[in-house]
Amino acid sequence: MKRIISILLENESGALSRVVGLFAQRGYNIDTLTVAPTDDDTLSRLTLTTQSDDQMAEQIVKQLHKLIDTIKVVDLTVGSHIERELMLVKIKASDAEVRAELKSCVEIFRGHVVDVTASTYTVQLTGDSDKLDAFIDAVREIGIMEVVRTGVSGIARGDKFLRV
Amino acid sequence: MEHLSGGEIVICALKDAGVKHVWGYPGGAALHIYDALYRQEDVEHLLVRHEQAAVHAADGFSRATGEVGTALVTSGPGATNAITGIATAYMDSIPLVVISGQVPKIKIGQDAFQETDMVGVSRPIVKHSFLVTQAEDIAETIAKAYYIASTGRPGPVVVDIPKDVTDPNYKVPYEWPANIKMRSYQPTNKGHRGQLKRAVKTLLSAKKPVIYSGGGVILDNASDQLIELAQRLNYPVTNTLMGLGAYPATDRQFIGMLGMHGTYEANTAMHESDVIFAVGARFDDRVTNDLDKFCPHATIIHIDVDPTSISKNINAHIPVVGTCTSVLNEMLSIADDMATEPDAEAIKDWWARIDQWRADKGIYTANRYEPSVGDIIKPQDAIKALYKATDGNAYVTSDVGQHQMFAAQYYLFDKPRRWINSGGLGTMGFGLPAAMGVQLAFPDAQVACVTGEGSIQMCIQELSTCSQYNLPVKIINLNNSALGMVRQWQDMNYSSRYSQSLYEDSLPDFVALAEAYGHVGMKVTRYEDLEEKMRECFALKDRTVFMDICVDKSEHVYPMQIPGGAMGDLFLNKSEKT
Ligand SMILES: Cc1ncc(C[n+]2csc(CCOP(=O)(O)OP(=O)(O)O)c2C)c(N)n1
Ligand SMILES: [Mg+2]
Repeated sequence: MKRIISILLENESGALSRVVGLFAQRGYNIDTLTVAPTDDDTLSRLTLTTQSDDQMAEQIVKQLHKLIDTIKVVDLTVGSHIERELMLVKIKASDAEVRAELKSCVEIFRGHVVDVTASTYTVQLTGDSDKLDAFIDAVREIGIMEVVRTGVSGIARGDKFLRV
Repeated sequence: MEHLSGGEIVICALKDAGVKHVWGYPGGAALHIYDALYRQEDVEHLLVRHEQAAVHAADGFSRATGEVGTALVTSGPGATNAITGIATAYMDSIPLVVISGQVPKIKIGQDAFQETDMVGVSRPIVKHSFLVTQAEDIAETIAKAYYIASTGRPGPVVVDIPKDVTDPNYKVPYEWPANIKMRSYQPTNKGHRGQLKRAVKTLLSAKKPVIYSGGGVILDNASDQLIELAQRLNYPVTNTLMGLGAYPATDRQFIGMLGMHGTYEANTAMHESDVIFAVGARFDDRVTNDLDKFCPHATIIHIDVDPTSISKNINAHIPVVGTCTSVLNEMLSIADDMATEPDAEAIKDWWARIDQWRADKGIYTANRYEPSVGDIIKPQDAIKALYKATDGNAYVTSDVGQHQMFAAQYYLFDKPRRWINSGGLGTMGFGLPAAMGVQLAFPDAQVACVTGEGSIQMCIQELSTCSQYNLPVKIINLNNSALGMVRQWQDMNYSSRYSQSLYEDSLPDFVALAEAYGHVGMKVTRYEDLEEKMRECFALKDRTVFMDICVDKSEHVYPMQIPGGAMGDLFLNKSEKT
């Protein structure tokens, strides 16, 4: 099952490579990974998604916690949470009919066209991963030139928060 | 406040961390540090002949004393040579600080001469690592390194220092940090009280209990607590290869080592048990045999300081995270409060069964191997002779192979920190440098390195270090003219096709070799001479002695777990299984 794991990490050189290395070393896979400093720039917030059963997820969380640079680790999938990903897609759009079709598609998915040329549309979309996947399926026939996804960022719903 | 250069700070920080000995080897990137070392007397440096040995020696020192071991190497080849030593310490959770020189910061990434990304190369085999980027950070980094190495689950920490950071011309104020606090690192010490109560209750209600203790008990100096608990309950105790000595081997309640080459009684008792009390042990694959067949009737209580060790291989019914000492102390006091006693009848019956297993197939109730005679010396008898000559009091380091297993089986360790071997990584070449580290820590103690002619050649150059520092270790070479453990597997699994495990005609004359280094060489070819030669060897208190014992080439280590079987499924000798 898909897991979304949130990590609060010291914003230090080498810290990220230890997280990534751990996954390679222990044979866990990483599907997506996002990382950036938080409001406190001595800290990085990392979200990663991986496929694993309960037992493996427990080991992953424990192993991540064991890294000296990690401050907090949570498997967001255990509780209710919000998941967001941003995607930019460049799509072939030279004739008017296609442009119109694309536009309505973008509207349905609540995206934005953020760049236009005579032959292309660049679309920005945010949402959970399933929604982005669905958009790709919807426009695949039209002709996708390039896809860039940020990977998932996640946060718990309600009063829970991850902070030092 | 004192103003010091980076190089001087490294040495001062080591001194302030309580370090008295550093094992190492110089080179370009470390020369500022070596120069600072030259100008002081607080920290003694021991020059090895290969960086791997520096780390093993620091490791042996740590295992024998419980203190953090320290090694110092240069960049590039110095650093990569240290890797096997670091990995060895990592697998056995040994606290070490390894300081490596690095090329100057501006050259990092330029493929500079002797540049290796040490932090990167060592990443999977360290507890933590640091790249120090300015002289101002050295003291705190070194203080953190010792703190991290020695707390929680111990392990090696690498501190990589670029040459410009140790520049003798750049001086900064030096202050040793009084205490270290890290928001991201706060190891758990005390077990959860509720879990501990459940653990005690379950333990007291057992009818067929086994106490299974590992290296964690030794690392945390919890042997006394283990003994107290075990004796108060009158429960059988088995130790892992890493845990030998935590419970006295000559005590009646000790049922021997468990696992791949463990005793019949220990492995069978584990398999039949209803409660396993695992403390400081990690259900390693060399213990469990096939996980699906592992101890089908047992409720498992698992104590470990490292949460990742719990329920990694075997699901624990009652997990407790905490240090062995604090958890065992707590459990003893909870047991006092509960005022429940174990089921004496059941325990008596359990002991009757265990005693029967011992009598039937145990290796301590009868010789389960052919007797030595004339020029056939059984390796088991060589270990027994060693035990006798040293009154069971020696520090014994070992290499890896059959000789290691014979030493683990036949040298009966009654005290912790006496048996020093590379259990997790299985590093041939560990024994001699580790013995040097032990001898340095205890100059008057008897230190034996049980080795094989294969393993000893992986760090034989250290005979020179033994001369330089007068380290009178006794090398007990069980010479079977082969990579014996490999050959045993080839006998058992490859129809005796000895692919690359033989080299009989090209072995050196070990006696002459020892003498070439200025040591005493002795050769034993006849069983009648064994005991006396062994006594002679240990009578040479001030000399390094290389004792080359020609042992039976065809011998196998038994018992041996049958691959794919349960814990208690064993080969008992070449023709008999359980
Ligand atoms: C560095 C290293 N290389 C290879 C091995 C694999 N190995 C394990 S035991 C062994 C044979 C050891 O031979 P020897 O030291 O003569 O001991 P014996 O088994 O003959 O007692 C080998 C090659 C190892 N453990 N370590
Ligand atoms: Mg051999």
